[in-house]
Amino acid sequence: MDGINAKYVSKKISKTRWRPVSSSSLQQPDIFATGSWDNEDNSISIWSIGENGVSSMDDEFEGDPQLLCEYKHNGDVLDLQFLDQDRIVTASSTGAVTIFRHHHNSQTLSVSQLWERAHHYPCNNAPCTGVVCNSPEIVTVGEDGRIMLFRADQEGVLRTIEMADSSAIHAVTFLRTTEILTVNSIGQLKLWDFRQPGNEPSQILSLTGDRVPLHCVDRHPNQQHIVATGGQDGMLCIWDVRQGNMPISLMEAHTSEMWEVHFHPSNPGHLFSCSEDGSLLHWETSSNTDTPSLQGGRNTSIISRSAIAPAGGNQSLINAWLTGDSSKGHLETTHMLPSQMLSVNSLDVLGQCLVCGTDGEAIYVNRYVPI
Amino acid sequence: MEEVDVEPTTTPIPGFDSNQKHLGFVWGPGDILVYETIYKASGGSAGGCPFVHEVRKDEDIYSPILRKLFNESHHIFVGLQRIREDLPSKNKKPQFVSISKNYRSVIRACMEELQQVAVSTQDAALATQYGNQVSILLAVELIWNLCEVLFIDAAPAGSLVLHLLDWVRLHKADVDEKAREVLASESPAEHQAYWDVVISYVLQGRMDEARQVLVKQAALQPAARVMFKLLDNLLMKMPIFNPGETQTLTEFDVKWRHWREEVDHCLQDQSFASNRHLEDICKILVGDEDVLLEYKELLSTWYHFLVTRLLFSHPTVKPTELHYYAQSSMHMFLDTRSVPEPLDSILLAAFEFDIHQVIKDCSIALNNWWFVGHLTDLLDHCKLLQSHNLHFGSNLREFLLLEYASGLFTHHSLWQLAVDYFDHCPEFGRVYLELQIERVPLDTERKALKVIRICEQRQMTEQVRSICKIMAKKALRNNRLGSALSWSIRAKDAAFATLISERFLQDYCAKGTFSDLDLIDNLGPAMLLSDRLTFLGKYREFHRLYGEKRFSDAAKLLLSLMTAKIAPHSFWMTLLTDALPLLEQKEVIFSADQTHELMFCLEELTSGKSVPTPDRPMQVLGYTPPYPLSNVCFPFNLLIHCFIICSNLYSCLARG
Repeated sequence: MDGINAKYVSKKISKTRWRPVSSSSLQQPDIFATGSWDNEDNSISIWSIGENGVSSMDDEFEGDPQLLCEYKHNGDVLDLQFLDQDRIVTASSTGAVTIFRHHHNSQTLSVSQLWERAHHYPCNNAPCTGVVCNSPEIVTVGEDGRIMLFRADQEGVLRTIEMADSSAIHAVTFLRTTEILTVNSIGQLKLWDFRQPGNEPSQILSLTGDRVPLHCVDRHPNQQHIVATGGQDGMLCIWDVRQGNMPISLMEAHTSEMWEVHFHPSNPGHLFSCSEDGSLLHWETSSNTDTPSLQGGRNTSIISRSAIAPAGGNQSLINAWLTGDSSKGHLETTHMLPSQMLSVNSLDVLGQCLVCGTDGEAIYVNRYVPI
Repeated sequence: MEEVDVEPTTTPIPGFDSNQKHLGFVWGPGDILVYETIYKASGGSAGGCPFVHEVRKDEDIYSPILRKLFNESHHIFVGLQRIREDLPSKNKKPQFVSISKNYRSVIRACMEELQQVAVSTQDAALATQYGNQVSILLAVELIWNLCEVLFIDAAPAGSLVLHLLDWVRLHKADVDEKAREVLASESPAEHQAYWDVVISYVLQGRMDEARQVLVKQAALQPAARVMFKLLDNLLMKMPIFNPGETQTLTEFDVKWRHWREEVDHCLQDQSFASNRHLEDICKILVGDEDVLLEYKELLSTWYHFLVTRLLFSHPTVKPTELHYYAQSSMHMFLDTRSVPEPLDSILLAAFEFDIHQVIKDCSIALNNWWFVGHLTDLLDHCKLLQSHNLHFGSNLREFLLLEYASGLFTHHSLWQLAVDYFDHCPEFGRVYLELQIERVPLDTERKALKVIRICEQRQMTEQVRSICKIMAKKALRNNRLGSALSWSIRAKDAAFATLISERFLQDYCAKGTFSDLDLIDNLGPAMLLSDRLTFLGKYREFHRLYGEKRFSDAAKLLLSLMTAKIAPHSFWMTLLTDALPLLEQKEVIFSADQTHELMFCLEELTSGKSVPTPDRPMQVLGYTPPYPLSNVCFPFNLLIHCFIICSNLYSCLARG
């Protein structure tokens, strides 16, 4: 647990996200945003773990997140994404989608755009559960089963897919610039192509017969057909969306809801997941490294339904996540938090830095993730 | 009725005159709601005040800084509950002490943060509020620390005084600040607080530090060098009990008596007569109470006086003798004041080893159950509370934890912490949790899922069902049939699933198309939850088969829906109408037997008194009727007509 730093913040944290760093520099991220939930007054906050703003720190406090600024947020922050270096998009339980601007010079936040009731029922508001950005496009999903497409620079709605889902949509991710993938509360993955008219998904994937709600989804950063999902039973599923209806592999991970799953953005042999059971797991396929690291991970039982190599036969494209788990020992999992009881709601990883937030009202920062 | 321990405090309700009007109230879990009734004292009724006031006992729970205390201590609390019962108590004691220290360090961290904001805030009222919280936390930590020394660590004679010294030093840290100030000044020996620092060090038994400061003065007065040297020597030689060494208490006692005789000797010699300060120090060393009391200002509290007195007069005091010295010290120190403050009586009770009195007095003095709850729990783990039983509830520990947790549960956000406290209250915890958990407001599905997870982990099926039902109803109210159905499937609520299936079928009849196909097509085994849901799933399957032009499968399924009595009678007419386009196909789809069965179904339906007309448009399956639709009796006649044709056809075929 070296390098892990905990800070109690007096708010249950629902989301944590690093501010993106320019890909050209090898810089580590030093600013992150958090959103709170279930408080009387919720807020989004910007934190710094860098030296700026804080002078001459003791070693003891090195890396202790310092609050830069805070802004009131109506409703629970159900999702939060950086649109770019200084704009943040939030999804609210009130159904609103808000773009906040972080002014770096004055260290203040302001609302730069607000779509109230973006998600709604005929009479009531419907929580907006997920948001994904591909600047300037913003896609949101909600419990009302709608998918909304916005542009950061336009007030109106670009596209609405009504009745995209009969139940609540829990998360969304981009597959390509025009294609998104949503997961819902009856265990389905739906692919949507914005080029096509109509309200029908181009593909539906599901674990037949299971109907286990899915809560999170993330796409492999390099191979757009590979996605990871996590759901109510805490299982990690890896899917190849080109290949039929079944996940490529299913792995026992957590004992309760998996709230978030993320491939490491630049080193996708690593994956991170967090759960209601209070654990944060680091998954590592050792096929990427010559010497498999034998860290004291816990025993993972791997149930691999099928391990078909992707069609095409291009060896360089065969992904460790699709092939590596077919035999035991190729996948290591490590617990990244000290034993902890309350839910880890969100995590984000960038470079060597990881940040996560919990219902125990703590933010954990690890600046030396072994990648 | 039992007498009350303290007079209850009066909370004035703003804008309410008790002479004129009557108040009504309702109990809440952590507060009461107060409202004005329409009755007037003078008779008759008048328009009441439109306000309902919420009166809270505990404001601390809403302080953002104290929230950290609740969160961090929750972590420690759960850790404590996990210490294994079967460990020998010898191994447990260090663990308990370390847990006690963890609790205290959390209090200290909170206190420091409060102190910082109290200083930095501009708002005077806020600063006072923070200041008050700091002083409460200070007192709480002081009491906790003493309990740790006396009850949890249970230091034996010898070590006891050392621990008490540490306790006093920790809570009277202003000496160091003053010492720094004095030593940083141009000529420390002439600083007005110089002697205060030296004597304060001596009073706290910090002889090395006292000697270091004394050197400054000695350097200034070369003439008195011998005298300073003598005192320095006495201070240096003062024996301190060292529990780590092999030295026994008796050996230490002999050594200490010997040293004291030496100090006494110096006093009788009048070795320090020429310097009042040095003489006072020497008198302190022999525990001269009159001199000690002259330094009341520096001691500041009676318990400091007590510990100093013990250090110099009774360094090997046994825990059982403490109460005697505590009482007398308090009386000697506080003689001018009339009534001791609550803190004084709490500490005195602790010195008397009256744990229950400590807990009781703390409960009365503090407005939050945090302290007593956690302390009692820890003491209970140390097996110090066993003899005591309440005549209500289960036992003291559980009673206090339940109160604390119930308070947390009233908080919009901290309720999650309360769950673990309820878990560790074996007798009533579950009932409390069951009653509270259903009342958590659910704004989002995510929150509902978290609450359900809490219930499922504890096999609280009734509550799971109730929460799912709440969510299902909510979804239904928002016209989200799919969601509603999903929730009722999760709740295994057959009645509600039937209701929603009914709604789906109605919608189908009204619109001619199914909604929420992604859900209905993937019901799987969940379909078996209720008959109506099974029918819905199967009927939709029929449509799918028909759409895929698998007519014979479709026909078989359609027929079985009626023969197996899956379809409700009210729906048979619709099903029979659905059979029509199949009968009109060019190829033969229904076999002779199947046609007979269809006929039988029709007969069964028409033998009833009234024939229900299908309440949906006829174009559902792409069927266009050959007759004008204006004919009211059309469907029924048509059906008969078709079946007659068909049965004739089959009869012919059968005959050859």
